[in-house]
Amino acid sequence: MSLNPLELFSQLPGAVAQGLIWGIMAIGVYITYRILNIADLTVDGSFCTGGAVCVVMLLSGYNVGLSLLCAFLAGMLTGLATGLFQTFCGISAILAGILTQLGLWSVNLNIMGKPNQTINVNNYDLLVSLRYLQEVLKGTRPFYWSPILVTGLFVLVIVGLLYWFFGTELGCSIRATGTNLHMARAQGINTDFNKVLGLMLSNGLVALSGGLLAQYQGFADINMGRGAIVIGLAAVIIGEVVFAKIFRNFSLRLLGIAIGAIIYYVVIQAVLWLKLDPNNLKLLSALIVAVFLAVPHWKKSLTAPLARKGGRGDA
Amino acid sequence: MLEIQNISKTFNHNTVNEKVALKGLSLVLKDGEFVTVIGGNGAGKSTMLNAVAGVFPVDGGRILIGGDDVTRLPEYKRAAFIGRVFQDPMMGTAASMGIEENLALALRRGQKRSLRWGISQKERGQYRQLLASLGLGLEDRLTTKVGLLSGGQRQALTLLMATIKKPRLLLLDEHTAALDPKTAAKVLETTDLIVNRDKLTTLMITHNMKDAIVHGNRLIMLYEGQIVVDVAGEEKKRLTVEKLLELFSRASGSDEAEDKLVLS
Repeated sequence: MSLNPLELFSQLPGAVAQGLIWGIMAIGVYITYRILNIADLTVDGSFCTGGAVCVVMLLSGYNVGLSLLCAFLAGMLTGLATGLFQTFCGISAILAGILTQLGLWSVNLNIMGKPNQTINVNNYDLLVSLRYLQEVLKGTRPFYWSPILVTGLFVLVIVGLLYWFFGTELGCSIRATGTNLHMARAQGINTDFNKVLGLMLSNGLVALSGGLLAQYQGFADINMGRGAIVIGLAAVIIGEVVFAKIFRNFSLRLLGIAIGAIIYYVVIQAVLWLKLDPNNLKLLSALIVAVFLAVPHWKKSLTAPLARKGGRGDA
Repeated sequence: MLEIQNISKTFNHNTVNEKVALKGLSLVLKDGEFVTVIGGNGAGKSTMLNAVAGVFPVDGGRILIGGDDVTRLPEYKRAAFIGRVFQDPMMGTAASMGIEENLALALRRGQKRSLRWGISQKERGQYRQLLASLGLGLEDRLTTKVGLLSGGQRQALTLLMATIKKPRLLLLDEHTAALDPKTAAKVLETTDLIVNRDKLTTLMITHNMKDAIVHGNRLIMLYEGQIVVDVAGEEKKRLTVEKLLELFSRASGSDEAEDKLVLS
């Protein structure tokens, strides 16, 4: 068994492209997890919904722009379902997400007609594809077709739009809703409406990301969203940990999350290069995210007794 | 301005924890009245304020604010008429947002939240002026996150937020109880200043009987979900703590309750 660094290096562009696509998904997760303060599990289902809608529409002959738009809208509908479960039905956030996710399994199968729908890049005009990446690297396709460039542009536009949106009166009221429900209601903010809107926006982005990934890999699969929430959280946490000191501005923080997703995929690529059994990847992801989520808690419980000890020493 | 008609509220109906919090309570506040509210723990003070604010629906009765029946209006819609400051300094502000962002949210209370920019340049001048009137040096820290402020600063800011758009009704739920005595006095002073300046109709709950006597122009005392003492004008000005206790034991018909009130 030998490890060839060149092999890892050749995988990097693919990891970056995939990371950027998942970065859009992670930005969606950020909206619920950090801004709304809700852990939304809908994403495991809505990610696939986006891929399914996009592929099926492309196969039916619609152009790629319209297909992605519909993927986004379909994602918003899934967010609407979870939002109504939470607000209108009073179901707890976690459970509401699980219910939608479970229901979406059937919905996604119905959209695709079967568990896996392939789309051949030779027969359809796709926006991003692994094939394009290889062709750009070989020089047989102009550079601006590089999925890294295209998805990078997507990320920039989305970050710009979100920066604007969360600076508006409505966007500010959504941030207030996530920070302090009591305060938001006392200031006349319709917190239920805002939660639903935030969930719709988040899942719209998640589905858009699913639509892009389905094109990139050339298929939509019923399992493509499994564990998506963990990858999203990993990207959010990595982005925050790595860029916390440098990126203070909201738009930069969003960019940091997209870069966090890239880092995640590069690490995964490196782990695979080290010949780890791919079957263990999900276990690894779960453990990494668990550790990162635990660190703030450990920090708190470790520093508290230390501070007390210090106080006694002073006295 | 405020008309509470015979409202009742029971928590945990038909359970061992059943608690009758309000028993047909009625109260009419005239325009510009500043009413202090006292009473022991569990007397229903906070329940009354929360019922008016719409935190939960009442079991019976009606609530009118400025002639509008708000009994069935959800909390966030009633907020158009009501300014509120809570006991917990954490509750009235959004910690992760800046001072100016919090004020901007409050300035838009009762308005539709549009896609216009959240804070206009013009407002910042107004915020600076208002913050300067607090005398806490916050006017130079517009973008500071509220989470970094002290409890007293946050309560003062919440007070500004509650009154930046003149409310028909100001509800203060023991808003100085969590502060140290010096800060509490300062926040109370600011409260007096704003209420008198804008002639706000105000309900202020306090645990401190002296504060209840010194501040406002009317005093009510709650006992077991009803108003048992209600004094205003000259009579209130002549009140003393001893007199208040006497009034209370006469109204509630028990001496033991007196201790409860003092201790709480």
